Amino acid sequence: MSVHLILFLAFGAVAVAGAINLLAQTHPINSALSLIAVMAALAGEYLLLGAEFVAAVQVIVYAGAIMVLFVFVIMLLNAGVEERTKGSRVAILFGVPGMLLGSLLVTWVVLRYSGTEAVPAGALPGAPRTIGTLLFHEFLLPFEITSILILVAIMGAVVLASKPPTVAPGAPIRRVD
Amino acid sequence: MPIWIYILASVIKSAIVLGVLLTAVAYTVWLERKVVGHMQNRWGPTRVGPFGLLQPAADGLKFLFKEDLTPPHVYKPLYIAAPMIAVVFALTSIAVIPFGNSITIAGYTIPLQITTDVNTGLLLILGVTSIGIYGVALAGWSSNNKYSLLGGLRASAQMVSYEVSLGLSLVGVLILTGSFSLNDIVAAQGGHFWGFIPRYNIFLQPVGFFCYLMAAYAETNRIPFDLPEAETELVAGYHTEYSAMKFAMFFMAEYANMITVACLATLLFFGGWHGPIFGPEILQALLPVFWFVAKVFVFLFVYIWVRGTLPRFRYDQLMAFGWKFLLPLSLVNLIATAIAVAW
Amino acid sequence: MVPLSYYLVLSGVLFACGVTGFLIKRNIITIFMSIELMLNGVNLSFVAFAAHWHALAGQVFVFFVMVVAAAESAVGLAIIIAVFRSRETLNVDQVNLLKL
Repeated sequence: MSVHLILFLAFGAVAVAGAINLLAQTHPINSALSLIAVMAALAGEYLLLGAEFVAAVQVIVYAGAIMVLFVFVIMLLNAGVEERTKGSRVAILFGVPGMLLGSLLVTWVVLRYSGTEAVPAGALPGAPRTIGTLLFHEFLLPFEITSILILVAIMGAVVLASKPPTVAPGAPIRRVD
Repeated sequence: MPIWIYILASVIKSAIVLGVLLTAVAYTVWLERKVVGHMQNRWGPTRVGPFGLLQPAADGLKFLFKEDLTPPHVYKPLYIAAPMIAVVFALTSIAVIPFGNSITIAGYTIPLQITTDVNTGLLLILGVTSIGIYGVALAGWSSNNKYSLLGGLRASAQMVSYEVSLGLSLVGVLILTGSFSLNDIVAAQGGHFWGFIPRYNIFLQPVGFFCYLMAAYAETNRIPFDLPEAETELVAGYHTEYSAMKFAMFFMAEYANMITVACLATLLFFGGWHGPIFGPEILQALLPVFWFVAKVFVFLFVYIWVRGTLPRFRYDQLMAFGWKFLLPLSLVNLIATAIAVAW
Repeated sequence: MVPLSYYLVLSGVLFACGVTGFLIKRNIITIFMSIELMLNGVNLSFVAFAAHWHALAGQVFVFFVMVVAAAESAVGLAIIIAVFRSRETLNVDQVNLLKL
């Protein structure tokens, strides 16, 4: 067993354990923390594949910004322990066997029908410079479109999360013609 | 280089850096108390040792022997984990910071940096510091106290907001250098303009430096941006419920973050370990490290100076400053730098 | 040397976990996190395929996925806050009326 395989298995184990813990925990903040563990483990996998820039951005954007937002909202709304309802029991009854079945199916298909070409450690070094060149030449149009997407998302978030104008009780509702 | 020498060098470097860093953290606290004391016409610590120099040791002993109180109704796993997260990630980011050029001992070249030159060193520091937010946020949430919760909320909102400006203010330097490696960034600042002004990035990026400094002060929750622990409104913010060593861990994390920020400012804007080199060979080997430490010390002093001078922002002022002033300013700086380089 | 299929299996398992979480969770925030988990699983397969085919475009796709995930989480969390403000619950089973 090479060092590469051992590292792959270690990071993979952390990722899968985190994902299963996300499902098993009932408090959203525990789920959020296990998701952060999954993301950190995936950053390790990216490093093994040589994608150092993707790994760094994974940590900065996913673990450092998106998940902070999640934790922030959980804290802000004071989200409590998840309630178990009839719907959720049915969902667990079918969902968990479904997940096992799906995972087994994926595993079987992939292992059965793919060749066993090995990917060496650091196979494709994704240095910031090469990624940037690609991003600003071949993928310039998608890049600009995503910037518009981000702008729309910012404005949407501001509009949605801002407080609705409060109407004093008993005040006549003004019609807008 | 044989692998065992590499490992031995790494272990020795880690031990030295960790020792120096923790001592520096303790003595920055002492320096802060002393300098702020003198600014406010007081003496600061004087009783323990000459000039109160043993005060950090006394404080450390006190922290160790105080009762470690866990209030009821806290969410215990996260309550215990939060200070550890804060201190671990604050100390980790020092690993990629180079303190000087590589030195040659007995024929082996050893870089003065715990890791070897990492290609994405700056990104690593940004990533590690952005994870450090969780320590503060989770401490505020798990304490089950409204003041702590408000402090945690403020801290996470503030850090996420100012991280944007922090990242953008560094891009100007990155454009000038064309590398994420901290060694390359420092190497690009060697030499002089017109033979006498050192070629530091501060002369090319004054606006970027201003944005970096403001954003970094906000990221480390220091005055004038210390809203998360504003004692006049929130008791002590996110660490209200913490005592003894757990409280000390938050303290250590804050000061270690200050030192990281000072190191980054030195490396990115003030030429790192470049400075006048003279004298015999042993002095020539040690002077770069001395210049680096001296510059970091100046930044720490400025931190304390600002603390003794400025009042605290109001929260809406803080957010308005971050989004409506600092972010546009760093964007303008970025565009101006890009145009100037492309010219 | 790790076979490409191992990476794909890991990616598939993470995706399956995400789908399951989406189905069995009742807290709207956790459901949202399950979606992020699915995106992460897909990202891993992108990077693995990039290494396999020696095409950096695979790594660039990951950035686009991240951008979309960031935009999605910003809008989604804003919607969650708006929902909580009007319904005072985060349980999706109780958010079942079009009009209050």
